[in-house]
Amino acid sequence: MTMTLLNSITVFVLAVFIGIEIISKVPTMLHTPLMSGTNAIHGIVLIGAMLIAGSADSDLEKALAFVAVVFGTINVVGGFLVTDRMLEMFKRKPSKPESE
Amino acid sequence: MTPVLALSQTAINFTYLVAAVLLIVGIRRLSSPPTARSGNWIAAVGMAIAIFFTFLDEDVTSYWLILVGMAVGTVIGIVSARLVKMTAMPQMVALFNGVGGGAAALIAAAEFHRIAPEPGHLSGDSVGAMLFSGLIGSVSFSGSLVAFGKLQEVLPGRPITFAGQQVMNGILFVALLGLGVAAGSTEEGIWMVLLLLGALLFGVMLVLPIGGADMPVVISLLNAFTGLAAASAGFVLENTALIIGGTLVGASGTLLTVLMGRAMNRSIANVLFGAFGAAPAGGLAAAASTDGKSYREVTADDAAVMLAYAQRVVVVPGYGLAVAQAQHAVRELADLLEARGVDVKYAIHPVAGRMPGHMNVLLAEAQVPYPQLYDMDDINPEFPRTDVALVIGANDVTNPAARDNPESPLYGMPILNVDQAANVVILKRSMSPGFAGIDNDLFYEPNSAMLFGDAKSSVEKLVAAVKAA
Repeated sequence: MTMTLLNSITVFVLAVFIGIEIISKVPTMLHTPLMSGTNAIHGIVLIGAMLIAGSADSDLEKALAFVAVVFGTINVVGGFLVTDRMLEMFKRKPSKPESE
Repeated sequence: MTPVLALSQTAINFTYLVAAVLLIVGIRRLSSPPTARSGNWIAAVGMAIAIFFTFLDEDVTSYWLILVGMAVGTVIGIVSARLVKMTAMPQMVALFNGVGGGAAALIAAAEFHRIAPEPGHLSGDSVGAMLFSGLIGSVSFSGSLVAFGKLQEVLPGRPITFAGQQVMNGILFVALLGLGVAAGSTEEGIWMVLLLLGALLFGVMLVLPIGGADMPVVISLLNAFTGLAAASAGFVLENTALIIGGTLVGASGTLLTVLMGRAMNRSIANVLFGAFGAAPAGGLAAAASTDGKSYREVTADDAAVMLAYAQRVVVVPGYGLAVAQAQHAVRELADLLEARGVDVKYAIHPVAGRMPGHMNVLLAEAQVPYPQLYDMDDINPEFPRTDVALVIGANDVTNPAARDNPESPLYGMPILNVDQAANVVILKRSMSPGFAGIDNDLFYEPNSAMLFGDAKSSVEKLVAAVKAA
């Protein structure tokens, strides 16, 4: 096992714990927006698509990478906007005192 | 083209660290109502930082492909996110999730194609991650598309099953493992292509037999899948931002899936392979027995009188309310009733609508005060003291068979005990069964009355009639 791989695994394992920890107390009403928000976050795959697209040599790689960039961008842009539209509705609530 | 400005790998990784912190803070804030909206934007800023600095990576030597692709994706993303109706949000999330998975699979395919011509260059570490990313990404892509089709009602929402389905899925799964081993050991492109195609098929087969009522859990699971696919793409490219972002979603998405499953009293294995898959037999039997039972119809005027002179009314919203966009009319009705001194509460089943929290979003849009919304566990003890339970377009979540009939495919799912109210008024378009394709015994109870019609126009009629009462 290389040092790079071990570092990656370290980051992975720590991220697993953080991922579980940060959403362990979510009210049901936020399940949908939270799913949508995390959905946008895995759009980070766009970065991978960019790295491939920016260094692709063959036409096939370019084609695959291009579609990947389009897909990743849709995931990021659409994901954050849809989440915001959902959450916008909570904000327009009458200003009753929040318990949290 | 040469890079405009290349930053060192260390500098870029530092910006990824900043981005990762923003993503984590963002998700954390998304978990609490007052901070949720800002959390979403904090995460978006983190994402923007990561994307911007990736442009400055020394490996990125050509920009036009990326820029054109991002322009196309941005237009599609903005247009679809802006135009989608509130009711269609769940399938939109499914679609965005699917393309994310697709991107991860394409990255794996492109990387495989780049490295494969030089046998021996694939290190054991990265080829494993590559195959995993391709496999899971493809499953998530096609599975999400099927979920989208079911929710959009392009495909039938009921479970699609056939004899030997689980055996076939098992064989397909083993075949995929075999293809993965073949692709990894021979480094021949053909095996990779077959693996990706097989995974696409597997995604379809995985979601087809799952009924519409379970779709939220499935989308959440596929969301976690895409996260893992992105994380493994990060292993392939040795990119920390991808590993962190993908893993956060993989882990939190898995937990969210478990929480949702728990709310329905069903394990994930049960959702994927379980009771609803076997529903057709029970569903048919239930449909046949419909003929023997009778239901009572009520006019809007009669129902309005019942409501106007009640002391306690509980509104039970469901997907029918969302489809009809009846939330504002419902708010108006509730205001009228409250003005008459009626105590009005809303009973929110964890999976009412198409996704957990779906009803909260809709009612919040109509500015229904949050304290009036009650979770299942809080409202269920109230039903025996309730004069009228007003069921608006909710079905499966009120089916007493889930509580009383061990034969029912729904058995074991916690429900709202609306049948315990003195009167139940059910607003519904017709007697057709709910999204799970199962007949609802509630409609045939002696204290139940049906008010047929589109939820919005029915509620508007009630509003007019209550004003007159």
